Parts: sequence; structure tokens; C-alpha cells
Amino acid sequence: MKVRVTVMVKKGVLDPQGKTILASLHLLGYKEVTDVKAGKILELSLPKMGKAQLEKKVKEMCDRLLANTVIEDYEFEVGE
Amino acid sequence: MSEPLTQEPSVDLELAQAHGLTPEEFEKVRTILGRTPSFTELGIFSLMWSEHCSYKSSRIHLKRFPTTGPQVLQGPGENAGAIDIGGGLAAVFKMESHNHPSYVEPYQGAATGVGGILRDIFTMGARPIASMNSLRFGSPDHPRTKYLVGGVVAGIAGYGNCIGIPTLGGEVMFHPGYDGNILVNVMNLGIAHAGRIFKGQARGPGNTVFYVGSRTGRDGIHGASLLASASFEADSESKRPTVQVGDPFAEKLLLEACLELMKTDTIIGIQDMGAAGLTSSSVEMAGRSGTGIDLDLDRVPVREERMTPYEMMLSESQERMLVVVRRGTEEKVREIFRKWDLEGVAVGEVTSTGHLHVQFKGKRVADIPVKPIAEGAPILKRPVERPAREEKDSRLDLARIKDVATPGKALKGLLGSLNLCSREWIYRQYDHMVRSNTIVRPGSDAAVIRIKGSPHALALTTDCNSRYCYLDPRAGARIAVAEASRNLACSGAVAQSLTDCLNFGNPERPEVMWQFSECVDGIAEACQSLEIPIISGNVSFYNETEGRGIFPTPTIGMVGIIEDARSAMHSYFAREGDLIVLVGTLGEELGGSEYLSQAHQLEAGAIPHLDLAREEAVQYACIDAITEGLVSSAHDCSEGGIAVALAECCFHPEAMLGAEVKLPAGKRLDALLFGESQSRILLSLQKANLPKLEKICQERDAPFSVVGAVGGNRLKISVGQDAEINATVAELRRPWSEAFPTWMV
Amino acid sequence: MKFGIVVFPGSNCEHDCYHVVKHVLRQDVSFLWHKEKTLARSDCVILPGGFAHGDYLRCGAMAKFSPIMESVTRFASEGGPVVGICNGFQILAEAGLLPGALIRNRTLHYLCQDVYLRTDSNASPFTRKIPHGKVLKMPIGHGEGCYYADAKTLSRLEVEGRIAFRYCDPKGNLDEEWNPNGSLKSIAGVLNERGNVLGLMPHPDRCAEAILGNEDGRVLFESVIGL
Repeated sequence: MKVRVTVMVKKGVLDPQGKTILASLHLLGYKEVTDVKAGKILELSLPKMGKAQLEKKVKEMCDRLLANTVIEDYEFEVGE
Repeated sequence: MSEPLTQEPSVDLELAQAHGLTPEEFEKVRTILGRTPSFTELGIFSLMWSEHCSYKSSRIHLKRFPTTGPQVLQGPGENAGAIDIGGGLAAVFKMESHNHPSYVEPYQGAATGVGGILRDIFTMGARPIASMNSLRFGSPDHPRTKYLVGGVVAGIAGYGNCIGIPTLGGEVMFHPGYDGNILVNVMNLGIAHAGRIFKGQARGPGNTVFYVGSRTGRDGIHGASLLASASFEADSESKRPTVQVGDPFAEKLLLEACLELMKTDTIIGIQDMGAAGLTSSSVEMAGRSGTGIDLDLDRVPVREERMTPYEMMLSESQERMLVVVRRGTEEKVREIFRKWDLEGVAVGEVTSTGHLHVQFKGKRVADIPVKPIAEGAPILKRPVERPAREEKDSRLDLARIKDVATPGKALKGLLGSLNLCSREWIYRQYDHMVRSNTIVRPGSDAAVIRIKGSPHALALTTDCNSRYCYLDPRAGARIAVAEASRNLACSGAVAQSLTDCLNFGNPERPEVMWQFSECVDGIAEACQSLEIPIISGNVSFYNETEGRGIFPTPTIGMVGIIEDARSAMHSYFAREGDLIVLVGTLGEELGGSEYLSQAHQLEAGAIPHLDLAREEAVQYACIDAITEGLVSSAHDCSEGGIAVALAECCFHPEAMLGAEVKLPAGKRLDALLFGESQSRILLSLQKANLPKLEKICQERDAPFSVVGAVGGNRLKISVGQDAEINATVAELRRPWSEAFPTWMV
Repeated sequence: MKFGIVVFPGSNCEHDCYHVVKHVLRQDVSFLWHKEKTLARSDCVILPGGFAHGDYLRCGAMAKFSPIMESVTRFASEGGPVVGICNGFQILAEAGLLPGALIRNRTLHYLCQDVYLRTDSNASPFTRKIPHGKVLKMPIGHGEGCYYADAKTLSRLEVEGRIAFRYCDPKGNLDEEWNPNGSLKSIAGVLNERGNVLGLMPHPDRCAEAILGNEDGRVLFESVIGL
């Protein structure tokens, strides 16, 4: 199974990367963009298992390693 | 030899030519093998005989380099050169180019350039402790330049910072001649025990060949042979897939594991799988030792599925080494690599057959006699012809050029130009302090590091004025050596030896080969005269896009020793009231200068004259004065002339000190202030030390004159009765420090 | 006094710390490989700078799971002095031994330069000998050194006197212009509740000898040794 984890900077936390990308987009003329948030996507491959078990496991992975909950939020979706 | 793999294409002349071999070379391959090569064998030959690996165009010229001296422990021919620095220690260093990959993908190109040169150093048994670089970019106005600068600097920083080896600076120049071909030359220096230098050899049949480091992927196939051995076309971006990706963390582990392995008694020889990967490392190691090697590709750790023998032999995946270890020590080797979580796999054996045998899925896919492929690479005597252009450019009628009317404004313009402004924006991104050895940081003429456990310090510099080399390759190359050595002298160091990185256009053009040949002679002359042997280097040809070659750029990386680390000198005025002394003379040479190029858009004229005996006298006078503790600062006068040099002396990072300088009238003002006459050093010193300096200069036969004094917050330069430049240091410093960050925004 | 310097794969300032402790201050010292489980009877533990595990994923994210970190945590909870320098600070924050997080510098660039530091707390084994009001000059070298914590944590740190160092101008005044990475409240170093664990981004290990032109970092080591 594939799980796609998206880790984003928490609302309210400084995001210098997003800010800089926004400025660059404006410089290139894309003035209509009002905000950019930078984050990362992680793709996990796992053996087949029940949905509840899987979600519990991935949540644990996110809390322990994949995201730093002081500054980051995460969400994930399960694919095939 | 058994049947080649069925899926491999059959080899004919057309395929050989697509691999960069000429019909004659293909014929030679057939003669060596006594048959048509297999596809894998063709790949191996094409790599080994590429310009990049074989030096086929340059080899006959490079023989003219002086490469010996009492300090030399290892000259050219190994992974890097080595010199004795006393106390049982050796400095191992080399410079290499990563030009084409950096143009295609600046971050990864520059990063893997750093990774490659580091492996060349630690494969010799040295711990890398200092990196330098020399960069050339196109016109600041070219749409791609900023992107390239940002990427290259970030790539060098990203790799060096992560692996924890300080990048101590270097040089940068912008010129439209590099619009389509940037130069990224990276140098590294490491410290080894003089008696424990490791070499790339495969002695002793029966010994085991280990593959260590990262896994092999499809990245970089044909990187060395194609990217570095052919000219660029407009579609270079489509060559992206051949660019390798660097993993500094993996290299850090590889570095530590190799250095740990080197403390054991297991290694016979070791070599980086850099450009040309498994092919060049196995062929060159066996070649140097007159042995053969059997390789079993089924055991090579791979990270992609269904890799063919051709791909495995040609892959340029990074962070890998080939190590030959004593038979019976395999378990010890595996244990060390396990500790560092790296692959360490026995993939073959040294043999007495004199052949490279490559086995894959039970079949022999290559069987090549080592000696002919390692040493039999074609040596070309390419035609050499002096271009007509050169004579036209050397004519410069100064009478038709108006002298400078507002020298203060001209000075600010030069200080605020991208070629002369502060490089802080760049070196602030490089960790230049890790390993806690840095005594003189980037920004002075040379970087200085202490050697822990030794009273000495090492000074490093990179240098080349490519405009000079364009106008007069031989004299320009001579100046590159002299100036590098002068930079070291300004830190108090005596030059010990050098490494070079010779960047040129297409060698198939006679005028490029003329430039090359002239530069080689120029370097050789200066090295002979100043007694500085060349211990390693690299040639990069085909720096050409759509028929336009770069300025000839023979970059010099030089290393010197300061006897007492505590006497290391920087280039900034440091004390109010100090006298300012010019060692050398005031000149009136404007040809080839940065001023002429910026103020008059002229790149012409006779470049400054260099008298090597005078040069030596000036340098040694400076070194003696520093060693005796007489001076507070020392700075070389180079691009931008004496006026720019004086301004730079005022830009102490923490204390801006001004100066008042009086120069005699009687010369053209622009040439006096901004001319780039050679063999000149500005010293500042306490008045009480003047008699001692006078004596040193007399003994060394170096001309000198007191030109002014340090103090106040203005730089005032008078010529005769007239104050030609009179500005606050802050006012001069602003354009100098702001130019780079402002441009990069 | 015996120092233990933890070596993670990718640490790169362990030799710098070792040199200062052993050759400048003449103390006993040993390296502690991250796969080990004991601290070899160290009296003080240093987590040095570098790029542990390549700083992949996040700085310090993977290092916190190294076997040795359990012992470091126990040692800290028993009041043993622990200092994390640069990457070591990032690891301590990830491991929860110190509050907050270190995020990308506001310029997005790696920065290697000198900074000036004001000492705001002498109530730790590492800062107790720093003369009152003395501004320290120290080098930084990091790309992710911008200190972040939520408002509640920040005010707690302030109230409890746990901000050890702040970036300042050469005279000791707080000024955003002299805050190199955008750290909130100009925070350069923080302490745990008990005051025995310090994390700081600047490198005292790079400025503890006259030959390097700056000895300001030495006082941190001397404080803990009691020299």
C-alpha cells in the first residue's frame, strides 16, 4: 500500500521559504498569488493491512519522526 | 570469451563514433583485442580514451611542467599530489573542474564537483581540511547568470558544509565570454602522515577488490566522456539526466570509514570511482601495478533494477570507492563499513593475467588487456596556430583614450563592480570555520589555516586573470603563477607547490591549442623561476558553446607554509598612525586592466610586464618583514590597481581605518591609480619598524617607498599637489559591500 | 573533569570540541558513538555541531532516536550538565530536552559569520562564570538556526530566566539588525527548567584559542569545569 504524507508548516509559524517563493513569483509577474506555504511530501510503501491499523501506525510515525509538531502539521492519504 | 549478452547492440564503426571514438581509434581497439569489441568493451574504451580520462590532447604539452623538488612526496599521476610540510606531515592537494555539469545543473554540478575532489584527497589517506574554488560566470546581464551563481554557490556550500570541511574562499569573475560556459574549479587540501600515503594500485594477485560506499545507479552514464569531451550546444539542458546527484552525508560516512580502514593494515591500494566510475578505477589501478583484475558485476550493489554490465561499468554514481585489500583481511574491512552503515562488498580479485575480466550472470562480458587501454590511449599532436586576432588586440593607443577626469567616481565605480566588489555574500554561505583551524578568513589575499600539533600554518590561494591570458596567454599564465605566489607572500607564507586547472575551448581548433601551449609554457617559466613545482592538476577542454570558446583560464591553486602560525598576516590596515609602504614601483601600464574594460569597454593592449627576479625580491621582502613581526598588514596590488588596493586595505571587517596617501605626479592619472603593474605589495607598519624594513628591502633588492599613513575615517589620495581621491571609508565601502547582494536580489 | 562528546553519523564538530576540551583546557575526554548505550562515566556531555544523518527530513529528527540519546536523557534528568552546540541544539530541541524548534534562517541562506551575544542567565553550569554585562563574540555556521516557540513558551522562558543568550549589537543592545537568522526574541541559546541543559546555535568551540583570534567561547567550558 502507498501512503502519502503531507507535512506543512503550522499556521502562524514563520515560513521564510514560502515567503521567499511568494516574492519570487511576484517578481516573475504572478501578482495574483497571495500566499505560498512550503512543505514536503513523503511517500511510504507498506504491506497491506486494515485501515484502522494503518492509520494508527502512520499517525504514530508522523508524531514520532516525520513531522515536528512544534512547528508542523501533517495529514495523510492512503492509496493503492 | 563467451557470447556477448543478446540484448547488447552489436558494435560497428557508427556506434563507436557515437561513443566519441574516431575511425583510427576504433581500429586501434580492434587491433588491441584482435576482434570487434563487445558493447560493454566499447563503453569501457570510449571512457578510458575520452579527453577527460586520457588527456590525449594535452599530454605532450604537460610534460613541460616542472614537477619535482625536495618537498614533493607525490607528483602528478596519482589521485592527488603531496608535499612534505614538516613534523612528519604531508599536505595532499589537487584542483579539478566541474564546468559542464555545473552549467547544466548548477547546484548538483558544483556539489558533486566538491564531492569528487574530496574523494581524490581522502583516497590518498589524507583528512581533507580546506577547500577553495575559482569560479567564472557570464555577463551579469545574461538571463541565466544569477541562477547559475545562486546554484553553484549553494551547491558548493551545501556539500562542503554538510560534510564539515571549510570552504576558505577563492575567486570569482564575470565576463560575457563565459555566458555559455561557466567554470567551476574546486580545490581541496588534506593532511596525511608523510609515511602513510595511499595510492591507486592493485598489487598482488589473489588480493581482494572491494566496492565500498553508495550503491550504483544509472546516473551520470557518459558524464565524463560526453559532457567533458565535447562542445556544448544550445540544447545542453536536455542533457540533465547525465548529471549526478551528490549525497554529502553518504560521503561523510565514506570519508570516516576509509580513514578508519586506513589505520588498519589491510589496504594495498584505493581509488575513487569518480568520473568513469568502475571502469577507470579498475583499469588505472591494475595499469599502475602491471596486474589484471577480475570483476564480478553480480556482486556490485545496485539501486536500480535490471542494470546492464554496460551501465554498471559506465555509471558515475557518486560516493563510491574501489579498494584492494590484502587477502585474508576481508572480514575486518566488512566490519568497518558495517559500522558506518555503508556497502562494503568484495567484487573481484587481483590477477596476474594483465587483463580486465568482467563477469556478469555467469558470462564474461569484457576481456581487455589492461596495459594497452591504460597506457595506449592515443596521444594527439594537435595543430597549434597563433590567431591573427591576437596582434590586433595587443595594439592600444593610449593617446586616443581620455585620462580619467573624476578619479573618485571611477574608484567607487570599480569598487561597486561585480568583478571587484566584496565576496561576502558568497563566503558567508560557506562554513569557513569548521574544524577550528581558520586563522585568516576569506577576504584577504590568501586564506590561512593552522595545523593542529604543528607550529606551522598553511596558506592557500587560487588565482588567474583570464583577460590577461586572452590578450597574451604566455605572459598571462606567468602572471597567474606570480600573483598566486604573491598572495601567499602577503600572508607571510613561502609558496611550496601548486595545482592547476587548465580550462580551454575546443582543442580541435589550432588557436585554442596555441593558447594552451602558450599557457603551459608561461606557467612552466614562472614555476621554474620561482621554484614552485606542480604536483597535480586537471585539464578541461571543450569549454565552448556554438563555436565560441571561453577566455583561456589556467587557474592556479597554490599552497604555502608560514613557519610560525602566529605571524600569519591579513590585508587590512589595523593601527592608526602606521606608515604605508609600497614595495615595488609605481607603474603606468593600463593594458588589459579591469579599469580599461569597465571605463572604456576595451579589452586590449599589452598586459603588465612581469620581471620574475623582481617578483621574487618583492615577495621575499614581504615575507621577511612579516616573519620578523614588522608589519600590521600586507596586500597585493592587482585588479583595479593601487587605488582599489588602498581602498580594500581600509575595509577591515570590524574597524574601518582611513589613510592619507601621496603619490608623485608625472604619469597618466588613470594608469597611475588603476593600472595593474605587477610585483607590488602594500604594507602598513609602525614608524619605528621602518629602518628594519628598509634594510630588508635593500638586502632583497626590492624597491620601496613610503606613500602615506593610516588614520582617520577618509581615504585621501593626492597626486602631486592635487587631492584626486578624497572620500570617507564608509562612502567607499557601501558600493563595495552592497554590490553583490543588491545584484543577486 | 571527564567530558563525553556524542558522535552521530554526520557530526562534524566533534574534533573541534575534543581539541578545546583536551588540548586547550587539558581535561579528560572521550567520543561516544551514537550506537553506544552508556556515557562512559562522563561528567559533562557535549552534542557537537554537524549534520547528523545529513539533516535529512529535519535537523536532528533522526538523531533523537539514536541509542545513546536514552542515556543522555537520563543523565540530564539526573541534573548532569549537557550542552548542545548548533546541530546539537537542534537535536536537543527535537528530542524534547529543550523547548521550541530551530527553523530555516529568514534569509534562507546558510550563514557563517561572527555574532555578538548578550548573556541573559548566569544560572547554569555553562554560563555562571561569564562576567555580568560582558558581550561575547562568537561565530555561527548554520542554515536552520531561527529559534521558534509559541508565545506561551516564549513568555515562560523569559519569566523563568531560561533564555541563556540573545543576539545583540557589539555593545549589548538588542537590535533586529544584529539578529542574523530571525530568531524570535533574538534567542541564541536556551536552558531547560532545571538549568543543566543548554542549547545554543553559536560555536564556543570555534573561538577558544588566541591563535584563532578570539577566546570568548572558552568561558563556557571553564564555567562547567569550574576553572
